[in-house]
This record gives sequence, C-alpha cells and structure tokens, in this order.
Amino acid sequence: MAGIVGYGAYIPKYRIKSETIAEVWGEDPDRIQKGLGILEKSVPASDEDSATMSVEAARIAMKRAGIPRESIGAVYVGSESHPYAVKPTATMVAQALGTIPNLTAADLEFACKAGTAGIQICMGLAGSNMVRYGLAIGADTAQGRPGDALEYSAAAAAAAYIIGPEEESLALIEDTFSYTTDTPDFWRRPKADFPSHGGRFTGEPAYFKHVQGAFNGLMEKMDEKIDNYDYFIFHQPNAKFPRAVAKKLGVPKEKLAEGMLCPIIGNTYSANAPLALANVLDHAKAGERIFVTSFGSGAGSDAFSIKVTDKIEEKRRNGYPLSHFIENKEYITYAIYAKLRKKYKGM
Amino acid sequence: MKESISLTWRRIPERYKMYGSKCQTCSSTYFPPRSLCPKCRRKGKMEPFEFSGNGKVYSFTEIHAPPSGFEEQVPYVIAVVELDEGSRCTGQIVDAEGKDVKIGDHVEGVFRKILSDDPEGPIHYGFKFRLKK
Repeated sequence: MAGIVGYGAYIPKYRIKSETIAEVWGEDPDRIQKGLGILEKSVPASDEDSATMSVEAARIAMKRAGIPRESIGAVYVGSESHPYAVKPTATMVAQALGTIPNLTAADLEFACKAGTAGIQICMGLAGSNMVRYGLAIGADTAQGRPGDALEYSAAAAAAAYIIGPEEESLALIEDTFSYTTDTPDFWRRPKADFPSHGGRFTGEPAYFKHVQGAFNGLMEKMDEKIDNYDYFIFHQPNAKFPRAVAKKLGVPKEKLAEGMLCPIIGNTYSANAPLALANVLDHAKAGERIFVTSFGSGAGSDAFSIKVTDKIEEKRRNGYPLSHFIENKEYITYAIYAKLRKKYKGM
Repeated sequence: MKESISLTWRRIPERYKMYGSKCQTCSSTYFPPRSLCPKCRRKGKMEPFEFSGNGKVYSFTEIHAPPSGFEEQVPYVIAVVELDEGSRCTGQIVDAEGKDVKIGDHVEGVFRKILSDDPEGPIHYGFKFRLKK
C-alpha cells in the first residue's frame, strides 16, 4: 500500500466576487450566488500559470515530505491549462524542484480529474517499488467564456501530493476505484479559447452518474460504510452539486464542511478535489478517515479511501497551510480580471 | 526583445533554482554565478551554490515605464534583495505595489513567468520575490 508522504497547495492572491461578474452581464447576483453557491473565485496574476502554481504547491509538499529531492522518481502534472500545447509542464516543475534528471515525467489531461489520475499512477509506481516517491500535481488556470455560467466558477489553484511508502506516510491511501465512460458533457477543441459544455446535461448523466459510480464502487469493493468516515470530499464544479450528491448518497452535510472550498475559491478544475483534500489534511487528526471522489468531464470519477496517520502533526508543521493562501486575498474589478485573463481583443 | 533559446537554457539553473556560486577559499557567495572570485583571484575556488530565495529588501522602485513584454504588469515593483546567504540580486516583487513594500521587508523566492515570446515562442520562467507575511 502507498500513502501520502507530503502535500502542499497554492491559491493565487487575486479574487473576483460573483456579484462583480453578475453586474457586467446584467444577472441578478443573489440568483447566481444561490444557484451556484459561489461567492467569489481565485484569479491568477498575469505571471502565473499551471506550471508556476504547480511549483509553489510542490515546494510545500517537498518541505513536508522532508525527503531528498533526487529521490522523486516520477512527476505527473494534471491540467487542462498546460502552458504549452506541446512541451511538458512536468519537466519545468521537475527542474524547478531540482528532482532532475533521473526520473520519469509526463503531463496528464482529464478535465477536472487529471490531478487524482496522477495520484493513482504514483500509487501504482510507488506501491510496486518502481519508484520510491512519485509527485502528482493537479493545477489549473481555468477559463470561462465571457458571460457564460462558467465565468463565475472557473478559478485557479494547484495541489501537489508526494506518494511513497506506507511507513513514511502522513495518510495511507487504503484503496481507490474509478468509474469512466465516454460522456460529452464538457470539452474544448484545439485552438478554441474557451471550453463548451452541455448545460444541464453536465448534471445527471455526467457528474452524478460518475461520482455515484466511483463512490459506490469503492464502498462495495472495501465493504465499507459512510459512518466509518469522518470527512467526505466530492468534486465541486459549484457548491450545489457536491451537496446534492452527498444528500443522494446519505452523507451527512457536516462531513463535507472542511473540504468545501468552492464557495470562496471557485472551481479549480484539476486542483479541485486535491485542494479540498489539502484543507482536510490541514485539520484532520491521526486515525481519521477521508473519502474523496473527484470528477472529470468526458467523463470519469476517481474515489479514494484515506486514513490519516500519527505523522500528520509533525509533517504539516512545515510549509504554509492552505489557510495562508485562502486568507491572503485582494479583490479585483471585472476590468482588471479581463486583463489578467487576456479577454481583451489584441492581447 | 526575444532571448535566444541557448541563453534561456543556460540560465535555467540560475533562474529556476537560484544557483549562484560560492568561493571555497573565502566563503563569499555570488549571484548571478561568477567563475572567478574577485577577492581571492587565482587562489579562489568557485563552486555552484544554491540560494534559498529568502532575503530582505535592500532597495526598490515601482516601474511605470516598462520594457517590452512587461506592459500588462504595470505598475510593478523591482527590488534589490539582500539574500540571506549573502550577495544581492535584482528581482520583481509579485502581488504588491510600491506602497506595500518597505526597505528591510523580508521576502521569499517564488517561481513565476518572466517573459513570454508570444504567440509561438518559448515561455521564460524564473525566480521572483514575494513579501513574507
């Protein structure tokens, strides 16, 4: 069995409020806030992208892991906003961390769940002793078409996990289960600036079906029940879907609270469930159990059963907790947001 | 102005990891790296040395008339940073305006985009600084 040896997460400083966006498009801010449950979202600075945020998150994970950097044998960066169409983000991250050159590296893409796919790959590599430690990162600077519902949610952040041997882990990954089908609920064609989505179709046949499929699959595989877990994390494209799926599955809403970042950060795509997990790990106690279910459009879900070990206190002392980045924020206007996200013609 | 690929590549260790140099004879540190210790001359022995990125603001200015490629970031802060391990270097202070910065403020190294040869050229990354809070 493999586990989490180190973790770190990063959120850019800038925020835009839903009401600021609503004002521009003539929408009722209350309706948006109630409908999506998003009050504000993170916005990257003009010199930030998925590579820079990945490095920020991974540096914290390295501090917590306390391992020699050359012992990282694999780096995977999951994102749908890799800075290059061709040229790996993972090599830039590996170089900036100093883990080069004896390692394998690659970029992953699976809408919002490429980060958890990376964790699964690293579990396989570390669990089979092909590498001692693998680094999996989920990072995105998500884009939403101006005026589209996605503009209220598409946010930016990164979360990094160093997966390694059980005995060094601050949290054990007890098991994982995935549920995947071809479901065209959300996509972006090459050269398109913004993604397209199926509106209401993104709900029942996409998010709910896959999240429930992975959740129930892992519960059955492990012969476990909801009562045996202290925290639940469901992918948060908005604040409504995770709460609705929790209700359907019979998960008490109090158990969602610690990982519920979407209302104040937005949907951070590949960083979404990994970021929520970082916040839970910042607060969890030894012996507590966490059930994580990610979702990526296209579509698939990865579920994980995680048990916190007694190494958590000692390891999480190093590096910034996620609250540091949640609290350190500055609000911007829609005009500045449009500049930072390059939404002006000619930029 | 576009930078040659070989120059970008040669500077990756210095820009990504803040690799400078340290004289093994007199322990002086240098950033950017030097191949000869100006104090020890021929008696000096230079080795690569990795700076932590932590330091203090020695001096700073707010840029309003930027060079090409930095227009979107105006106004931004450029500082001379006294690095904890010795040596001073110039770098941008991110997520801040001039009014937020004071001489003596503690900073930490961050990894950011420096310049992007849009739309088809490479993206140049490297260190910048962030105020420590």
